[in-house]
Amino acid sequence: MPEWIVPALLTIITASTPLVFAAIGEIVVEKSGVLNLGIEGMMIVGAIFAFGVGVTTGSATLAILAGAIGGAAMAFLFGFLTLYLLSNQVATGLALTIFGLGFSALLGHGFVGKTFPGLPRLEIPFLSDIPFIGPLLFGHDILVYASVVAVALVTYMLTKTRTGLLIRAVGENHFAAHSIGYSVNKIRMACVLFGGAMAGLGGSYLSLAYTPLWVENMTAGRGWIALALVVFASWKAWRAFFGAYLFGGITIIQLHAQGFGVEIAPQFLAMLPYLATIVVLVLISSDSSRARLNAPACLGRSFHASG
Amino acid sequence: MISKRVFLGALLSAAMVVGASAGQAAEKKTKVGFVYVGPIGDHGWSYQHNVGRIAIANTFGDQVKTTYVESVPEGADAARVITKLARSGHKLIFTTSFGYMNPTLKVAKRFPNVKFEHATGFKRSKNVSTYSARFYEGRHVVGLIAGKMTKSNIIGYVASFPIPEVIRGINATFLAARSVNPKVKIKIVWVSTWFDPGKEADAAKALIAQGADIIMQHTDSPAPLQQAQKNKVWAVGQASDMVSFGPKAQLTAIIDNWNAYYIQRTKAVLDGTWKSQDVWGGFKSGMVQLAPYNKAIPADVVALAEKAKEGIFNGTVHPFAGPIKNQAGKIVVPAGQNASDKMLAGMNFYVEGIDGSIPK
Repeated sequence: MPEWIVPALLTIITASTPLVFAAIGEIVVEKSGVLNLGIEGMMIVGAIFAFGVGVTTGSATLAILAGAIGGAAMAFLFGFLTLYLLSNQVATGLALTIFGLGFSALLGHGFVGKTFPGLPRLEIPFLSDIPFIGPLLFGHDILVYASVVAVALVTYMLTKTRTGLLIRAVGENHFAAHSIGYSVNKIRMACVLFGGAMAGLGGSYLSLAYTPLWVENMTAGRGWIALALVVFASWKAWRAFFGAYLFGGITIIQLHAQGFGVEIAPQFLAMLPYLATIVVLVLISSDSSRARLNAPACLGRSFHASG
Repeated sequence: MISKRVFLGALLSAAMVVGASAGQAAEKKTKVGFVYVGPIGDHGWSYQHNVGRIAIANTFGDQVKTTYVESVPEGADAARVITKLARSGHKLIFTTSFGYMNPTLKVAKRFPNVKFEHATGFKRSKNVSTYSARFYEGRHVVGLIAGKMTKSNIIGYVASFPIPEVIRGINATFLAARSVNPKVKIKIVWVSTWFDPGKEADAAKALIAQGADIIMQHTDSPAPLQQAQKNKVWAVGQASDMVSFGPKAQLTAIIDNWNAYYIQRTKAVLDGTWKSQDVWGGFKSGMVQLAPYNKAIPADVVALAEKAKEGIFNGTVHPFAGPIKNQAGKIVVPAGQNASDKMLAGMNFYVEGIDGSIPK
């Protein structure tokens, strides 16, 4: 087996992990009927919170925690404005991204040029040394494993638990959920905060592990890709996981292909994941019953008890 | 170096800050204004222009007052910002991104007594000068070092967009590396962005996995250099000294240095000798500089690099000295001649020996 395969596959894991976090979080948010377009803003604030705390304290644990809190704090702002002050979700989400980019630049001013040693790898004796499979399955940092666990937990939570049922209920018909006595906005706020924390973790992964440094705008559009992945996955967590790895895979494989002199236009390959998203969008919206099954019916609609 | 500015500018327009304009200058002070496309904290392009502004402030002290506006998007906003600077009594205004070209000329027409300096453009007028830097001179020197330092004989190059400036850099690097190491090859990966630390790092990882032991970049973030450090291979910094991101990996860095030019032009305005001109400066003008060499580079290689630098400085060495063949084997620069500035400015071909083709 050529030497470059294992590093290439490892790079795919790194490239996909931040997308997995952000997309999983957004799925829960959208399942509860809230459309938060501010993923990019929450990610970048998570990235600077994590990096700032990491560099200042030297603790990876605190850094990761700070990243999640940073993302959740941004999400709280969004939730407060859209759920309680009934501001428009699309406009507020976009504003959250713009605000997040500017705010993180302000916070990060003193951290430009600093470096963080990166997250420790969880090596398992013997298992990590198995050729090919060892390095692929073992020896990653904690966030990579956490992303996989998060996918499993969110899938289970949404489909098998009472909590999941509640979330889906407020997302499908908030009046019905309200009329049987559930607090729509409290449930939505919890989902929004979860989504923010996950986006924050995605951002933390960028600034702590992927490229352990801080530069303004370092998320470079990954929040938008995560948003596209949610639709691509038709609001199913495991599909989002698959989509993130497909996206990461295509990106990395095209970089390797260029190195080997395979002549495919890089612009074409860069476009592929977006094309796939559009195709999926067309497919699910071409059949109205399928669309109903997938997209939460109350997505993007504000709730007020007066109706 | 064009579209990154559009991109960054658009994204960061919300964070636009008008800085350092507090307090009216005394009548005697000459006001010098700067318009940046990115934030001064980008650790690259705008950062270096701001270093130039500070140099003016330090050199002329009480004689001048400098002002800057950062993260100005190219287009209508730029015209407004430039007009505001011109109207508020600035006598010399530097507009430091390619996309400010037309707004600068438009505003300059309305303010004939204000002098304008536009970076990287090609349109001039009575009160608009243009200036840019011959970064390929730096690429020549790092190409020589790379050719000598590589063990695997593979140079990895993280490239942004296939525009003449980037292609010129690749060719200059390769020609120099080949001249000292006939076995050397160059692997180029286009990332289709000026700035995406993650993707730039991925490209560097791909190149390293495929055997490159020297990473060069024509993108803006320090991520490729950081990957080189992590994987214990060499790298060359871009735009500013990036040594803090890869103290062991950075062989040197090609630095944009506008200080001398900015000081000289400010002085010309103070003396009343300012004239519209077009400057494309390299080592000689001080616009292109190299960061201190890595201590691990052997003395003979340092000597080779210094000799080349001196030669370029004196005009005895030209990075594009003939004979140069294109990939088809056709001679494009005959022996005994150097490539003309016109050819360099529009360079759209790889030289012989580079594998693959330029993305269309």
